[in-house]
Amino acid sequence: MEEIFDKAEKPKWSQSREVLHRLSKRITAMIGLVIVLIFLISAIFAPFLALHDPLEHSLGHMLAKPSWDYPLGRDELGRCILSRVIYGARISLLIGTMVISIGVLLGAPLGIISAYYGGKVDFIIQRFVDTMLAFPGILLALTLIAMLGVGLANVMIAVGISTIPIYARLARSSVLAIKSRQFVEASRSIGASNFKIILRHLLPNSLSPIIVQSTLHMATAILWAAGLGFLGLGINPPTPEWGAMLNGGRLYIRVAYHVATFPGLMIFITVLGFNLLGDGLRDALDPRLKT
Amino acid sequence: MNSLLRVEDLKTCFYTDAGMVKAVDGISYDIQEGETMGLVGESGCGKSVSALSILRLIPYPPGKITGGKVVFEGKDLLQISEDEIRDVRGNRIAMIFQEPMTSLNPVLTIGLQIGEALEIHRGLKRKETRDEVLKLLRMVGIPDPERRIDDYPHQFSGGMRQRVMIAMALSCNPKLLIADEPTTAVDVTIQAQLLETIKDLTSRLGTAVILITHNLGVVARYVNRMAVMYAGRIIESGPATEVYEHPRHPYTVGLLASVPRLDKPRVGRLVPIDGQPPDLIRLPPGCSFFPRCSHRMQQCSMERPELRIVGAGHLAACLKDLGS
Amino acid sequence: MTGQYIIRRLLIMLPVLLGVSLIIFIMVRIIPGDPSMVMAGPHATKDQVEQIRTQLGLDRHPVSQYFIFIGNLFRGDLGTSTRTSLPVTKEIMARLPNTLLLALASILIATVLGVLTGIIAGVKQNSKFDYLSMLVALFGLSMPVFWLGLMLMLLFSIHLGWLPAVGAESFKHLILPAITLGANSMAIIARMTRSSMLEVIRLDYIRTARAKGLKEKLVISRHALKNALIPVVTVIGLQTGTLLGGAVLTEIVFAWPGVGRLLVEAILARDYPVVQGVVLLVATMFIFVNLVVDILYAYLDPRIRYQ
Repeated sequence: MEEIFDKAEKPKWSQSREVLHRLSKRITAMIGLVIVLIFLISAIFAPFLALHDPLEHSLGHMLAKPSWDYPLGRDELGRCILSRVIYGARISLLIGTMVISIGVLLGAPLGIISAYYGGKVDFIIQRFVDTMLAFPGILLALTLIAMLGVGLANVMIAVGISTIPIYARLARSSVLAIKSRQFVEASRSIGASNFKIILRHLLPNSLSPIIVQSTLHMATAILWAAGLGFLGLGINPPTPEWGAMLNGGRLYIRVAYHVATFPGLMIFITVLGFNLLGDGLRDALDPRLKT
Repeated sequence: MNSLLRVEDLKTCFYTDAGMVKAVDGISYDIQEGETMGLVGESGCGKSVSALSILRLIPYPPGKITGGKVVFEGKDLLQISEDEIRDVRGNRIAMIFQEPMTSLNPVLTIGLQIGEALEIHRGLKRKETRDEVLKLLRMVGIPDPERRIDDYPHQFSGGMRQRVMIAMALSCNPKLLIADEPTTAVDVTIQAQLLETIKDLTSRLGTAVILITHNLGVVARYVNRMAVMYAGRIIESGPATEVYEHPRHPYTVGLLASVPRLDKPRVGRLVPIDGQPPDLIRLPPGCSFFPRCSHRMQQCSMERPELRIVGAGHLAACLKDLGS
Repeated sequence: MTGQYIIRRLLIMLPVLLGVSLIIFIMVRIIPGDPSMVMAGPHATKDQVEQIRTQLGLDRHPVSQYFIFIGNLFRGDLGTSTRTSLPVTKEIMARLPNTLLLALASILIATVLGVLTGIIAGVKQNSKFDYLSMLVALFGLSMPVFWLGLMLMLLFSIHLGWLPAVGAESFKHLILPAITLGANSMAIIARMTRSSMLEVIRLDYIRTARAKGLKEKLVISRHALKNALIPVVTVIGLQTGTLLGGAVLTEIVFAWPGVGRLLVEAILARDYPVVQGVVLLVATMFIFVNLVVDILYAYLDPRIRYQ
């Protein structure tokens, strides 16, 4: 008789389904996902999607207004802006991915070690992180570029290094939160090695905030990289890069608004997409933050 | 009969992702002037929600009062305007909450927090308010009030914080005080002192009290009447000693068996009630206590028992009469 | 008690300042090639290179090099620009007031508008204002500073002709750059204020305030606001950092003669003494802003003050 009234334990699959449900409930997150997918598709299939060769210039058609053949117009060297924008997604994706890889691969272990060992190790690592965070915003990346020199690889290294402290902080706090939990204590008590505990328990459990942060950080990485490109500190011309394209068009803003407007619009929409998706992921993965 | 407060078939629901929770599912009771009533039950039985509903302090969304009447001094508090209910809050009816730590604002001095109600309800000036607050602090037994009036909540101990809450609640000399588990968060040794303070002050001021607690031991000593709640409903009520001595509902019996009793010699071990409180979203069709009841009958799973008279002023909602 | 707190914050600040100087010191010395030759610039004579070598003490042990570096810092000697041959301090001082003006105006706009929007959106959760303002905030968050600057310029200077596009001659010149630079921070501050407000409104002491019969306005302004602003203050402090970084881009767009533009010019010209000086200055300013934030924090939260 009693079984009918017992609250059945929730089956395991329902948890991930709930995550999905909450995620899809947020229409905005879906819009973000669509934008990110379009961005990925244009980056990967750029050669098939571009109408023209992004490097093919025609001085006779400098700054031409948008037309059927050149939907976003032509730039200061008569190149197809749409094609360059599509190819530009490649550079942005490449930079974003590399930046986050550098940040996560160097920052997360730093934070995990810091939190797991505590004491002196923690103190030294944290002072190092504090110091890096004392360089506000894009400044550390700028300084690194100044030292390393201009170029695509250097942009990735510079922006990547400047994100290390963020991931170190993040990983540290999430490891601290789970370090004292029972399953970690339990594996320590049966004599698991430090390395094993970090690999098997702490790493997977600090993953979800890192995923959320990475998505949101993809947005920042793209913004910063475009900023460096805009300052003329990024990839060398004529490779199509959004920031550099904007910089090229800036001088003609009075006569041909489209040259600077469209690359900027691309940056804006892409960054917006990653922000929307990141917000949605955070809400879905961490219901406590849901309001 | 003219009661101070008459609650009639009060219903409050919470709308959650998982479904509608009937936190308070039609409860009724009366309180006379100066009377003390205990509202008893396990956590989650709806006793706090029913108290918050009286002053319309249920956060909406997700909560909503869906029916009933709360007649206080002749007016239905559920029907009056927002301005009118504000005039009742803190002035005619005051509340003391469970957690003195989180119920006081950490960034404001206690003097300001106690004096606020005086300023808005009595229109006192700053100087008068301060004098009045000092008087209140002295009244609730906070030593050295002149020095402590400008302190912040975190500078007080748990017991002292709760005394601040009492001073705050009694500042406007309310007709009714609702004390929601006022001693749960403090040390056992302090609990009795706090309850004595509340009892002394309210009897001196002639304030009626609703004392909400999960601790039956507390109730018998400090209240005239008591009502026992289970799953959003009152399942037994009556004079405190009567219910205490002759419980008629199996749940009350179980509750009494599970707490230490000071009035009787210790006989055997304390017996906890089996099982868990029911899921308020999917209540069983019959008696809510059915799955945990040791006296259950076939009938109980189909028919929901209503409150019926089992003694002088003593009501119980059970199909089986334990008394006979 | 507050004094002790400030002293403690100052003591925590010192190692960070030292760390910053150390990082910059190391960075300048890992430039590929001979640092003194790089720092002297491509057109320097042999004597000039030698002079820099002795000035930096590059012929000595790295540890004593660092002490020379710190000693020079304390005397306000940041070296000489290889581009203009002027002292770096002079170069920076000529530009600094412009950047401070721009940054101050931006953070003011961002704070006032951001906090106001956040409060209203939080109090009126799920209202039209809430949705709209948070959508706009999300846009502001995603907008590249330099593009926003160009678009504002396109609209207000080129099309409407209301405001000047470039330069720094009058108050009118300040408006567009300040809005551009502040937009991002405003969005972040608004979002933070809103979520902080939403969190605070649910807390027990807000219920206590309501149970006292306070008007909703008073509940918000007296009981919720101060608590809600505590985390916002931190964010505003961090935003000044983002702002100082963003100033680089904004100054380029609007040809604003500030430190940021100086930095970019110096980077492009490989003028390392100037790069080093500007970075040191900006990082130090940011550290001090955070000190101010810490003190403000203690003012808002008595629990910290009386620790």
